[in-house]
Amino acid sequence: MNSDNETLIRVEDLVMHFPIYRGVIRRQVGAVHAVDGISFDIKQGETLGLVGESGCGKSTTGRTILQLYKPTAGHVYFRDKDLVELKPEAMRMMRREMQMIFQDPYASLNPRMTLRDIVAQPLMAFDEVSGKDIDKRVGELLELVKLNPDFAGRYPHEFSGGQRQRIGVARALALNPSFIVCDEPISALDVSIQAQVVNLLEDLQKELNLTYLFIAHDLSMVRHISNRVAVMYLGVIVELSDRNELYKNPLHPYTKALLSAIPVPDPVYFETHRRTIMQGDVPSPVNPPSGCRFRTRCPIADDGCALQKPDFRQVKPGHYVACLKV
Amino acid sequence: MADLLLNVHDLETRFKTPEGVVHAVNGVSFNLSQGETLGVVGESGCGKSVTMLSCMRLIASPPGKIVNGTAMFKDKDLLTMSQEEIRGVRGARISMVFQDPMTSLNPVMNIGQQMAEPLMLHMSMTKEQARKRSIELLELVGIPNAGDRLKDYPHQYSGGMRQRVMIAMALSCMPEILIADEPTTALDVTIQAQIVELVKRLREEFGMAIIWITHDLGVVASIAHRVMVMYGGYIIEEAPVKELYANPRHPYTIGLLGSLPKLNEDGHTRLYSIEGMPPVLYQKPRSCPFSPRCAWVSERCWNENPLLESINNGHRVACWADTTDGRELA
Repeated sequence: MNSDNETLIRVEDLVMHFPIYRGVIRRQVGAVHAVDGISFDIKQGETLGLVGESGCGKSTTGRTILQLYKPTAGHVYFRDKDLVELKPEAMRMMRREMQMIFQDPYASLNPRMTLRDIVAQPLMAFDEVSGKDIDKRVGELLELVKLNPDFAGRYPHEFSGGQRQRIGVARALALNPSFIVCDEPISALDVSIQAQVVNLLEDLQKELNLTYLFIAHDLSMVRHISNRVAVMYLGVIVELSDRNELYKNPLHPYTKALLSAIPVPDPVYFETHRRTIMQGDVPSPVNPPSGCRFRTRCPIADDGCALQKPDFRQVKPGHYVACLKV
Repeated sequence: MADLLLNVHDLETRFKTPEGVVHAVNGVSFNLSQGETLGVVGESGCGKSVTMLSCMRLIASPPGKIVNGTAMFKDKDLLTMSQEEIRGVRGARISMVFQDPMTSLNPVMNIGQQMAEPLMLHMSMTKEQARKRSIELLELVGIPNAGDRLKDYPHQYSGGMRQRVMIAMALSCMPEILIADEPTTALDVTIQAQIVELVKRLREEFGMAIIWITHDLGVVASIAHRVMVMYGGYIIEEAPVKELYANPRHPYTIGLLGSLPKLNEDGHTRLYSIEGMPPVLYQKPRSCPFSPRCAWVSERCWNENPLLESINNGHRVACWADTTDGRELA
């Protein structure tokens, strides 16, 4: 295997259930099946897009990979080291390698800390640089995300949404990580600002050889930024493939429905394309449907889909799908 | 020309804030015909919501104040009507759907009570009539078991269903104008597509005019007949939907369309990004508010604010530059 294609992250049968407790003695009465057995890998330097409706487990997947939740079952390998098995202190040291950028740039920055303190926090937590060099490093990081280093003494409320998201990016980059989970980094931003942040993320990836897990519900933006895309539905991955293959030749009915729902910015397109509108909402992950989880909304489901869980299998090189009808 | 329903002229709205007076809407004029869907596009803070809220007299005053303009709804000025008259218009003849269906429904009243309110108030229905009509309306917007679900509270509905309820309530008195303020922004794409299709179907059944406020150029392309683009409290471009997407003329519109990923993108192209950010106007600008971010900016733009002028049938633009000079956006 050459170094370009080296696998950085390997997720194996990852399960994350959140228990539900009820009654005086807090007996467990059930569980939210947020992530229910998913496997995929992310190669060094690539961007894997993760899409799906809200509540399908995208963010939980990102957070469980980073061990922000203790997974119920399964393994997450980072450069062949199983993060699930690591001792807390060893895991803490591993965290330098993996960072996160959050959705809401208003909620993810402490309003009472200056820009310098926010960005310096990870440096201090790991004693990366000595006291007097911190300001220099913070300045470098701010320049890297195209913010004026003179702003270091300001507070988050003095910045716009796009600028705040840059602060979040600078903080994530402080420890020279190799892997970043981008959890809907642009969905809270205005249209003209979204492109700024996406371009920044792409530039940084090239410059620093970063690997991204890019979580989003905006399918056209995911297509733009990702190398491969995984489609998630109710805790499971239903399709995973190279980006062009997925968008040109979607196989799973859920992927097809998602793609058909993209609001295309072209009025002529709507005269020639009939949209297939998916009915209903995502069912509750507390009691997911038996068999194939998508069957309750699937246009081509039949009785068999309720009985058998579809395997997540390779149908073409690099194109995986979980559907009994494909 | 189809019958004119709403004619807004030279509307100006300002807000007093501790930092100064914010000029949110700076002389906006537009009209809306019967059965037409007008899309209003712009970023947050560009004045699109405030324009519509001003027309409905829903601006909290203070701090807000409508300082100038008229909004003729047929032959009556909404801005000078008595409180009693405007209450008869709001919800009955012009109704609104808001962005966040969770905060715009009352969490401690069940859906049935909330739906019955406008029906009993505006249509003088009895409780029983209102109940029957509510069930019909919920069925119309595609809520299953409507009769049973009237007893449910908003938190028992999903986001998409709550937005359907909002639409049903907005349509309950058969309004002539429906103002939808970012009605699908908080929803998933799949649910967004459902709502857009629903509104299109209802538009055919009821024949109402719609003002659809959004920042999503994709959604507007699929539903509007005519689109106006707002920036810094001004309408900077307005055109029939196909014309606008085929021949955008204002640098801001061109930039917005360029910043979207292309539908059939194969290779890896870079997105065009409009640098900088939208302005907050503490005084009425003398220059074009877009000039600090504009790729076509020239001396004149800094000294004179361009007026919205017609360039061909139905296409109006406020810009000094000739953006058809074949320049490629970097």
